[in-house]
Amino acid sequence: MRRAVPLAITFLTGLFLVVSFFIPHRPFGELEQRLLVWFAIVAGFTMLLGVDNLIRSHARKITRTSEGWGHSVVLLVGLVATVVVGVIGRVQFGSPFHLQSPFMFIYSYTIVPLQATMFALLAFFIASASYRAFRARNWVATLLLVSAVIVMLGRIPIGAAMSEFFPWMQEWIMTVPQLAAKRGIQIGAALGAVSMSLRIILGIERSYLS
Amino acid sequence: MVAPMTDRTARRFGLVVAIALGVLIVTDGDAFAQADAGADVDAGVDAGLHARALADSGRFGESDLPVACGVAVSDVPDDAGGQLRVTWGVLAERVKSDAITGYEILRYGPGESPEPVGDALATDSEYTDTTAEDGVPYQYVVRTRTPFGSTDSEPCEPAIARAQWFARGRLSTLIVVLLFCAALAYFIRKAKGGGDLFVRKIPGLEAVDDAVGRATEMGRPVLFVPGIETVSEVGTLAALTILGHVAKRVARHGTPLDVPCADPIVMTTAQEIVKQAYAEVGRPEEYDPMRVAYLTYDQFGYTAGVDGMMLRDRPEAVFLIGTFYAESLILAETGHSIGAIQIAGTKETSQLPFFVAACDYTLIGEEIFAASSYLSREPVMLGSLKGQDLAKLGIVCVILFAFVVGTAGALIRPDGTSVLTRIFEFVSAWFN
Repeated sequence: MRRAVPLAITFLTGLFLVVSFFIPHRPFGELEQRLLVWFAIVAGFTMLLGVDNLIRSHARKITRTSEGWGHSVVLLVGLVATVVVGVIGRVQFGSPFHLQSPFMFIYSYTIVPLQATMFALLAFFIASASYRAFRARNWVATLLLVSAVIVMLGRIPIGAAMSEFFPWMQEWIMTVPQLAAKRGIQIGAALGAVSMSLRIILGIERSYLS
Repeated sequence: MVAPMTDRTARRFGLVVAIALGVLIVTDGDAFAQADAGADVDAGVDAGLHARALADSGRFGESDLPVACGVAVSDVPDDAGGQLRVTWGVLAERVKSDAITGYEILRYGPGESPEPVGDALATDSEYTDTTAEDGVPYQYVVRTRTPFGSTDSEPCEPAIARAQWFARGRLSTLIVVLLFCAALAYFIRKAKGGGDLFVRKIPGLEAVDDAVGRATEMGRPVLFVPGIETVSEVGTLAALTILGHVAKRVARHGTPLDVPCADPIVMTTAQEIVKQAYAEVGRPEEYDPMRVAYLTYDQFGYTAGVDGMMLRDRPEAVFLIGTFYAESLILAETGHSIGAIQIAGTKETSQLPFFVAACDYTLIGEEIFAASSYLSREPVMLGSLKGQDLAKLGIVCVILFAFVVGTAGALIRPDGTSVLTRIFEFVSAWFN
C-alpha cells in the first residue's frame, strides 16, 4: 500500500498529461496548465522546508562550533537582514523591488557583483581545463587540439586576416561534424528521456521510491 | 523684464499664426486632426514623415490611404476552442503602406455592431482572437491606422470557433510513441521470459562502485550534486534515480554522503531517497537529514556553496549528474583541484565538453537515463533499454532513407519534380 498509492498517482498523472498532449478539447487541454499551478503551490510550500533545512543545518554548525562556523553566522545574519530590509522596503516604498528601496540596494551592490565574480571565474577554469584537454597525448587529443585551434582562429579577426581558410574551416567544423555529433547525442537523450518517463509512468522504474 | 509688445509686432505675430493655421487647414484638416492623435504619430514617426511629404505635394482623400484587403478568419486548429485567427493583406494607394502605424481588429456577431477586440503591429498580417465564444459565427473588420486617418476593410465571411478532440498536427508523434511503446513492451516481455539481453559496458557506471570504495578506504565523504534544475526536469529525475543506487552503496559501506540541492523539492525527494537507502541496508540510524541540504536557488550562489563544500570537506568521490549550465566547469574544475574521482553526466550537449575535459568519467546524454537500468541489472529495466535501442535504429533508418531519397531526387531532376523529391518532402513534413 505504501508503494501502491504513489505508483498509482504517478501512473494517473502521467497518463493524463500524455492524453492532454494529444487532446486539446476541454477539460484535457487545460490539465497541463492546471497541474503546473498545483506544482507552483507545492513548490511554494517546499521552499519553507528548504529554508527550515538551511537554518537548522547552519544553526547546528554554530552550536557545535564546527569548522567554518563563522560562515554560518554570516549566512544567517544575511538571511534575516535581507528579510527585514525587504519588509522595510515594502512599508517605505510600497514594494521591496522599488529602485530606491534598501532591498534593491542589497541586490544591486551585493548579490549582482557576487554573481558576476563567480561567473568571471569561469574564464580561468576554461583556461586550465583547455590546457589539460588540448595536450596532444594521442591522435584523438591531437585532432581535438587542431580543431580547437582552427575554430578559435576562425572566430577572431586575426584568423581571417591570416587566411580565409580559418573562418571557412571553423564554419564547416561547427555546422557539419560538430552539429552531427550534437544532434546524435540529442536524439539519443530524447529517446532516453521518453524511455525513462515511460518506465516511471508504468511503474517499472521505482528507484526514486527506493 | 519683458518689453511690451508693440502694435506692429502684434500684427506681424497674428499674421504668421494665421498663415500657419491656413496652411495646415488647406493641407488637410482631417489628416491634421488624426495626426494629432499622439500615440499613432509617435509609433510611426518615419512613416508619418514620408506620408506628410506626400501630403504636402497635393491633397489626398480617404481613398488614397492604405486599406487591409483579403481579410479572412478561420478556426485555430488543434486548440481547446475559443480562438479564431484573422489574416489580411494590404492594398496600398497613394500613401504607401509603410505609412501604416498599426491595425485595430473589430469583431461582431449576429445582431451586433463591430467592437474592437485587439490591436496588431504594422508589420503583422494576422491576429488571433482568444476571446471568441465557441459556436458563435463572428465576422471581423480590420481597421488600418495611418497618421492621416484610418480605413476599414470589408467584413470577412463568418467563422465559428470550435474545440478539437484530437491534435491532428501531433499524429506523427502519436504513431512514433506507439511504435516506441510497442518496442519497449516486446523487449520487456522478452526479458521477463528469460531472454539474453546484451547491454554494452558503460565505463562511467562501472566506476560508481570504485569511486564509493575509494572514498570509504580514504575515510572521506562522497558528494552527489544533482544539478540546478527542479524535479520536473527529466535530467534531475535521472540524477535522483542514480542517487538511489549510490546512496545504497554508500550506506552499505558507512561512508558519509552529502547532497547539496538547489531546489527545495529536489531536496525533499533526495532526503526520502537517501533515508530509504539507509533503511534498506539496515542502518537507518546513520541517516543524517542535514547532509541532504538546501543551499540556494541562485545559480552562482549554489556554485559557490558546492565549491566551498568541496574545498572544506575534501570529498574523495564527486558525482555531478543532472542538469547543469554555466556552473558545470566551475564545479568540475574545483573537484579536479582537490583530487577527487569525478563521475559526471548530463544531457546538456553544450556542457558535455567541460565534463569530458575535467572529469574522470562522463555519462553522455542517454547514458544518464540508462544508468538506473544498468546499475539495477533487473531484466525488465534492461528490456526497456533494448526497446530504446530499437527505436534509435528506426530513427537512423528513417534519416538514411530520407538522405538517399532526397539526394537521388535532386540528382535525377534538379527542378524538384521527381517522385523521389516528393517522397522526401512528405517524409520531412511528416516528421516536422
